Amino acid sequence: MHLQVENVSKRFGHGTAAKLVLDQISFDLHSGEFLALVGSSGSGKSTLMRLIAGLERPSTGSIRIDGQPVRGPGSDRGMVFQKYSLYPWLTAAQNVAFGMSLQGRPRLEIRERTAYFLEVVGLADAARRLPRELSGGMQQRVAIARALAAEPRVLLLDEPFGALDIQIRETMQEFLHRLWSQTGLAALLITHDLEEALLLANRVHILAPSPGRIVRSVVVDHDRSAMGQLRVSPAFLALREELASCLRSLEPASGR
Amino acid sequence: MPRINHPWTLGIAGVALVLLLWAGVSNSGLVDRLFLPTPQAVWTAAQGQWSSGMLVRDALASIQRVFLGFALSAGLALPIGIAMGSNTVICRLLEPLMGLIRYMPAPAFIPLLIIYFGLEELPKVLLIFIGTFFFNTLMIMDAVKFVPHELIETARTLGGRQLPILTRVVAPYIAPQVLDTYRINMASAWNLVIVAELVAATEGLGKRISLAQRFLRTDEIFLGLIVIGLIGLLIDLGFRALMRRSCAWAN
Repeated sequence: MHLQVENVSKRFGHGTAAKLVLDQISFDLHSGEFLALVGSSGSGKSTLMRLIAGLERPSTGSIRIDGQPVRGPGSDRGMVFQKYSLYPWLTAAQNVAFGMSLQGRPRLEIRERTAYFLEVVGLADAARRLPRELSGGMQQRVAIARALAAEPRVLLLDEPFGALDIQIRETMQEFLHRLWSQTGLAALLITHDLEEALLLANRVHILAPSPGRIVRSVVVDHDRSAMGQLRVSPAFLALREELASCLRSLEPASGR
Repeated sequence: MPRINHPWTLGIAGVALVLLLWAGVSNSGLVDRLFLPTPQAVWTAAQGQWSSGMLVRDALASIQRVFLGFALSAGLALPIGIAMGSNTVICRLLEPLMGLIRYMPAPAFIPLLIIYFGLEELPKVLLIFIGTFFFNTLMIMDAVKFVPHELIETARTLGGRQLPILTRVVAPYIAPQVLDTYRINMASAWNLVIVAELVAATEGLGKRISLAQRFLRTDEIFLGLIVIGLIGLLIDLGFRALMRRSCAWAN
């Protein structure tokens, strides 16, 4: 799998009222890679994700998957939203099965894959519960299982843990890292949380706001086997602080 | 000890209070019984109409009209409301039109309906249709507009196309609001069937009331009103029960 984002710009509105939200964004993502885009609000990072998902079209530039231009949403790009994306009338298992059933897969296959992916995200016991009976972290794990079950070539994660408490976030980050290293999937994470990006991704692109553009890219290759220690290791903290000051310098000088 | 905090306790007490007041005033002789019949007289009238089969016949005639008119209205409002809520072009085309007709009082259509369709069942059924269709449609349209876009976009990223998204995401999401819309507009359907029957009918609860007026039978008028109220209440409770059973996720 090869996701190519080439010179993508996005403008909202027309004429003099037009606002440039993304300016000449380019990057690549291959199978087995975990890429994070970090930026504050106004950096257009969610818009970029929507362009890749095919929910919106770029104004200029191109987005390709294995050479094929993205023309709309499709199950080759599994998306996990920040919240409110489980179907409240379906059980956890039915939510996981939803995409596969839209794809028209055979019933037996759907049942087996549903059970498998619920197992993968550690929710086999919650199969028959409704979303409102699940905690926020469990709901996001169901959403991830649902995206994975549809067999995407790349997993798009739009602030997937943004609505969760800090302790649950840490557990979920470890969970996501294990999941990614086991499946070898290509993952693209959008976040404003620098620590999260550095913990999970091999490569981190820093987005500057208004208009959104990539100003810095770093390769991150630390040992992630003990994530709890990594969070407080001096090298990790130094890199985090360096990038944090880069992010701060990008903020428009406000009166604060 | 009566359970005062049971949700029904106060409601039942309210009804009982009015009944007691009615019984007291009507039996005291303060008001002419021609104007205010006693509960006993109404009960006697009920027994008479029940044993002659008239009560059941009238009730069934009215229920049938309401059912046909409302089924037509609800059945058409659902696809049109969903289409309007999910498609901007259809919405822009139809919303002003419906907003306009909605404010025309349905009873004002009776003369036209009688000219077009005579005095049979059809004009009564159509009156109920006219009186509820536009409200049903616009309320369903609103429900569709408030479906969280994340739910729709998730389905699109899972490979869902337009029609499956309407039937498998939009429809289940709005189901509780649709049932509630029907429940609310069902009350208008009952108002209208009585109005239609007051104008022209051979049987029906409204017809019985207007006949009773001609003969100053206030006991029968009271009976008709009470029966209409009770049937309406039962339908309302039925919708609530249906909603509880079919949309447990929304409670």
